[in-house]
Amino acid sequence: MELILALAIGVLTGSGVWLLLRPRTFQVIIGLSLLSYAVNLFIFGMGRLRVGAAPVLENPDAVDPSLYADPLPQALVLTAIVISFAMTALFLVVMLASRGLSGTDHVDGREES
Amino acid sequence: MPSLLDHLIIIPIVLPLMAGAAMLLMAERSRRLKAGIGIASVVCLLVVSILLLLQVDTMPAGSSVRTYRLGDWPAPFGIVLVLDRLSALMLVLASVLGLASLLYSLARWHRAGPRFHTIFQLQLMGLNGAFLTGDLFNLFVFFEILLAASYALVLHGDGSARVKAGLAYIAINLTASLLFLIGVSLAYGVTGTLNMADLASRIPTLSPDDAGLLAAAAAILGTAFLMKAGMWPLNFWLPTTYAAASAPAAALFAIMSKVGIYVVLRLWLLMFDTDAGPLAGFGANGLLIGGMLTIAFGTVGVLASQSLPRLAGCSVLVSSGTLIAAIGTGNGAVIGSALFYLVSSTLGIAAFFLLVELVQRLRDPGADVLSVTMEAYGETDDDLEAEVGVAIPATVAILGGSFVACALLLAGLPPLSGFLAKFGMMAAMLKTDGNGVSASSWTLIALLTISGLATLIAMTRSGITSFWARMDDSVPRVRVIEMAPVLGLLLLCLGLTVAGGPAMRYMEATTQSLRASQEYVGGVLSGHPSGTGPGENAR
Repeated sequence: MELILALAIGVLTGSGVWLLLRPRTFQVIIGLSLLSYAVNLFIFGMGRLRVGAAPVLENPDAVDPSLYADPLPQALVLTAIVISFAMTALFLVVMLASRGLSGTDHVDGREES
Repeated sequence: MPSLLDHLIIIPIVLPLMAGAAMLLMAERSRRLKAGIGIASVVCLLVVSILLLLQVDTMPAGSSVRTYRLGDWPAPFGIVLVLDRLSALMLVLASVLGLASLLYSLARWHRAGPRFHTIFQLQLMGLNGAFLTGDLFNLFVFFEILLAASYALVLHGDGSARVKAGLAYIAINLTASLLFLIGVSLAYGVTGTLNMADLASRIPTLSPDDAGLLAAAAAILGTAFLMKAGMWPLNFWLPTTYAAASAPAAALFAIMSKVGIYVVLRLWLLMFDTDAGPLAGFGANGLLIGGMLTIAFGTVGVLASQSLPRLAGCSVLVSSGTLIAAIGTGNGAVIGSALFYLVSSTLGIAAFFLLVELVQRLRDPGADVLSVTMEAYGETDDDLEAEVGVAIPATVAILGGSFVACALLLAGLPPLSGFLAKFGMMAAMLKTDGNGVSASSWTLIALLTISGLATLIAMTRSGITSFWARMDDSVPRVRVIEMAPVLGLLLLCLGLTVAGGPAMRYMEATTQSLRASQEYVGGVLSGHPSGTGPGENAR
């Protein structure tokens, strides 16, 4: 379980960083998306991995918190997903504007000659 | 205990949010109404933040921290807003800049694109929220709000230069936000809390393994903030973006790079000051060296700038670098003067950004390039006939006077406040109680002096080409509403000089309460359930 999660985060981050450094706007935005998936998984992992444990305390008086999953990172991930989704949409619009104004999808706004 | 006055803290966030949201409902053509609402909101913000500043300043020393619980949950569990001297100061600064750039934009710029007023209000909301919040993840959310608004403001007015600069700006900031998230979640994973005060109180009790992880988290967070503050080598986007943005947006951005500085100052003094156990002083050298390199880079940039907006962008770098290096010295007196410098340089740079656009109306395109190349090749234009007795029109005189004031402010020459700030920093570095002045202090002093000289040279050079060596004698059309904000900001700097004593006393009190992190921690966590100290219920 830990290994799978670690590998997933590593692969996503690696591909994301590589794509982020590419010259085409499409590659940049896919790279940013992959990076944000990696970060979301990472936040999730920071709440400690636990299979089959509920994040909600049923009986608040006599519970052992160690039997439950940490609900806070799940809330953080949810917020982070929403924000990165909105930012990706906004970035896409700017990229379209740039494509329309410069006639190329190179991030510098002109083809390298 | 809760009186109506206690709710004053939330106003700087709620008021611009409501104003911005209400303006979304109005038709795009009712600009006059929107402008009215916008101005009213910003004036209210200014009044509220000055009230908050006075409130904080009159509180007894040792308990100058006020909290506001959102949803009335006690501190480490719920999100709290925290008001202390530093955040009150930043609130006033933000609303002053907001008022100046909004007034300026009413002349022309607010008609240049859709929904300018809404975006402007949301930008102010994000700034105020970032200054007020006491929770790391909430800080991330406010950062995103202010960034989203700033993306729109960079693009305001359209044009391919803005879109091109905006593309790089957005990509950089999205990456920085991802780093921010990694740092926040790592800090949460190690300490089990997101509340800044709670986090700080848990640091001394960390095991060595966890301390290493927390240092990594702090380094990643620091990278994200310093990217926004414009530390070398993470700042190549800054001059281009600020130069491309429209004048009122750029003036407001002058405080946006200071948000990064503010967070570094707050978190670093809270988490890694002398009582942080094994992590005390973590990253101080990084800040000091990074700050000095930023000053050097900014200085070169100022000298090489071929246009006034770019010159202004590079002076943002010099100002950021000075502040980062001053924080890195970890010396209380230096940081006190650096806060004074922060206020003075932010006002000066904002005034300069506004002024640049007006000055550019009276110069012919290419004059900037000409002035740099002429100097590089040692050419002088001898064929200028002596123009004796040409009267200088009042507009040009006012513009020129303001330009000189900006130059004095940015270069740090007397009699304006920039000089007091730089002098204070240097004097504090030289005062070592018998121990020798360290090599890093000498380097920083030299860099401060050189950067001032370089700014003076660059400003003089472009001042001469724009005011004295003009090819035509036409007088530019400048409206009162455009000139008033510039003069207002400069007058504020003058006021800061005249009232240097009280202002400096406030800055010193701010630094003292920042360094006494127990005061902040105690103030925030005082609503903690009795019996368990903040450090004892760690997981």
